[in-house]
Amino acid sequence: MKPTIEITEEVEGAGDPWADGGQLSYRQLIWRRFRKNRMGVIAGALLLLFYILAIGADFFAPYHYNEINMRLRHVPPQRLHFSFSDGFYVHGLKSVRNSESLELEFTKDLMQRHPVEFFFKDAKGRRHLFSSAGPMFLLGTDRMGRDLLSRIMYGARVSMTLGLVGVLLSIVLGSILGTISGYWGGWVDNLIQRIIEILSAFPDIPLWMALGAALPPGWSSIQIYFGITIILSIIRWGGLARQVRGKVLAYRESDFVMAARAAGAGHWHIITKHLLPGCYSHIIVIATLAIPGMILGETALSFLGLGIRPPMTSWGVLLEEAQRVTVLLHYPWLIFPALPVLVVVIAFNFLGDALRDAADPYSD
Amino acid sequence: MAISIISFIIIQLPQGDYLDREIQRLEEEFGDSSSLAQVEELRERYGLNAPLWKRYLIWISGFVRGNFGESFEYKREVDELIWDRIAFTLIISVGSLIFTYIVAIPLGIYSATHQYKWSDHFLTFLSFVGMSIPAFLLALSLMVFAFEIFDVPLFGLFSAYYEGAPWTWGKLGDLFKHLWIPVIVVGINGTASLMRIMRGNLLDVLGQPFVQTARAKGLKEIVVVSKHAVRIAINPLISILGMSLPGILSGSAIVSIVLGLPTVGPILLNSLLNEDIYLAGTLIMMLSLLLVIGNLIADIALAWVDPRIRYE
Repeated sequence: MKPTIEITEEVEGAGDPWADGGQLSYRQLIWRRFRKNRMGVIAGALLLLFYILAIGADFFAPYHYNEINMRLRHVPPQRLHFSFSDGFYVHGLKSVRNSESLELEFTKDLMQRHPVEFFFKDAKGRRHLFSSAGPMFLLGTDRMGRDLLSRIMYGARVSMTLGLVGVLLSIVLGSILGTISGYWGGWVDNLIQRIIEILSAFPDIPLWMALGAALPPGWSSIQIYFGITIILSIIRWGGLARQVRGKVLAYRESDFVMAARAAGAGHWHIITKHLLPGCYSHIIVIATLAIPGMILGETALSFLGLGIRPPMTSWGVLLEEAQRVTVLLHYPWLIFPALPVLVVVIAFNFLGDALRDAADPYSD
Repeated sequence: MAISIISFIIIQLPQGDYLDREIQRLEEEFGDSSSLAQVEELRERYGLNAPLWKRYLIWISGFVRGNFGESFEYKREVDELIWDRIAFTLIISVGSLIFTYIVAIPLGIYSATHQYKWSDHFLTFLSFVGMSIPAFLLALSLMVFAFEIFDVPLFGLFSAYYEGAPWTWGKLGDLFKHLWIPVIVVGINGTASLMRIMRGNLLDVLGQPFVQTARAKGLKEIVVVSKHAVRIAINPLISILGMSLPGILSGSAIVSIVLGLPTVGPILLNSLLNEDIYLAGTLIMMLSLLLVIGNLIADIALAWVDPRIRYE
């Protein structure tokens, strides 16, 4: 079977009018074109950074996400100061009880300075990149006195991986069904296409809401996490399947597939070695552009209280606290988790756009 | 084409109910906490004891005749609860749709005719931000801004004075005063992506030979763009009309929940949380039906605008 494989690679290289005399592989060409897109590269680097922060949240976040401190509820963000004698430090907190609302209000205590220590070791022996012996809440705390910055970092784990896992699931579903649909055609194709049409005709948020509400209340956080992932990807595989089907249909009649068939290659071999490789770039682009939709979907669901459930935390769960205007007016810092959502979604959109331009052989 | 539409509608219908049955099944599993006899009685009354397919048949046959069953929570016919809300949902959705097209098409044309100028880059960036911002966040921040700066609470669709009052011209005016905010908030996402599509389409068309011919004939650039290019480039946007409907309905649902508007969204959330199956089922069915009708209108509009499709 080896000769046929070589033929496909040649066809791909030769089919690209912008190839440098066939010197570079398809992948190298994509990489080269991608690098020219400044926004795409910046977006990619930013996302990489976010993922590193999310995965290493135990180390990068100053506190554990569920470290509750009822005496320090709704502390406003503290400013980071710098002096040559103390290095970075934050001022201490003074609490005053508001005579009207009876809530504790915090102001800074200028006499106290809590220096920020790098590679700080907390009471349980865990290392943190930076933390402080005194209270240090750079983005303030929530209604249970938990550090918002740490919670955002931990929330990134759920919010950002959920998009990835969901997209992976819809890639698997979409490419399998898309390939079947395009390769065999006939009634199977018809059935799959009709299913996709039905799915795409539902308004997705109400459908997600219904499915999210249907998740059993007794499930553990991990089960809920995967449940939400499956819900999000169930509705989103259709578009991908369509694209794959179109590609497969186009390639099915091409010369190199004919040649492979004439040489006696089986269905499995033709699909995996000749048809799918031609779809990879498309799949990657569509997948990248699908991730932000999933992240937004999760955020919206959790925001409504139908998604991820505490104690697990995600950006949507954090934003749920900011749902009421009265709360936001008193504690405006609770809206901070919206910022990473925005940045990540914009970055994914830019990255996907750059990849699409790079993967399209007809662009210049 | 008519056949395709009809078959489309037919396959849409059972799917919507399947979902509701699913919700029913789950609801049954977890039941409610009232005493057993009461539960039994309720079950009997709502026909929950019948097997799945029978319940489904009863429900769907009622549905077709306009009998949607009874809401558990409100102890009233679903029928009475939903029509107002569907009407408001429609008003907001159609409003945002109009807003989307009115804003997106000129911006897309401008962006395409000024390709790679700074204004194009600016609009591109803006559209990326517009596509990325979740609608509920926009609604939330608008509410806070309105409260902080103008000191007006942006809650609901009517002022307190008109709430529950009979329909008068004054009430209608008050409605429009409140309406534009949800309409814009819901429309922003769609506007941004539509603008990108319009720009792409127009750029494709502008590169085609017939546009060059038109230019070679000595026509003014504005005539070339408006009479030749835009007419072709706008066609796909009409077929996208159908595709952008789910987004708008979704957006209106979630924005309504945040802004407390009397549309389908909040009541749907409520009914889902309380496992009020007939109400939830009817609402989801209605939303899907709205979509199907919207798709139908989009298809008809496309056939009306583009003769090539009619003869297929």
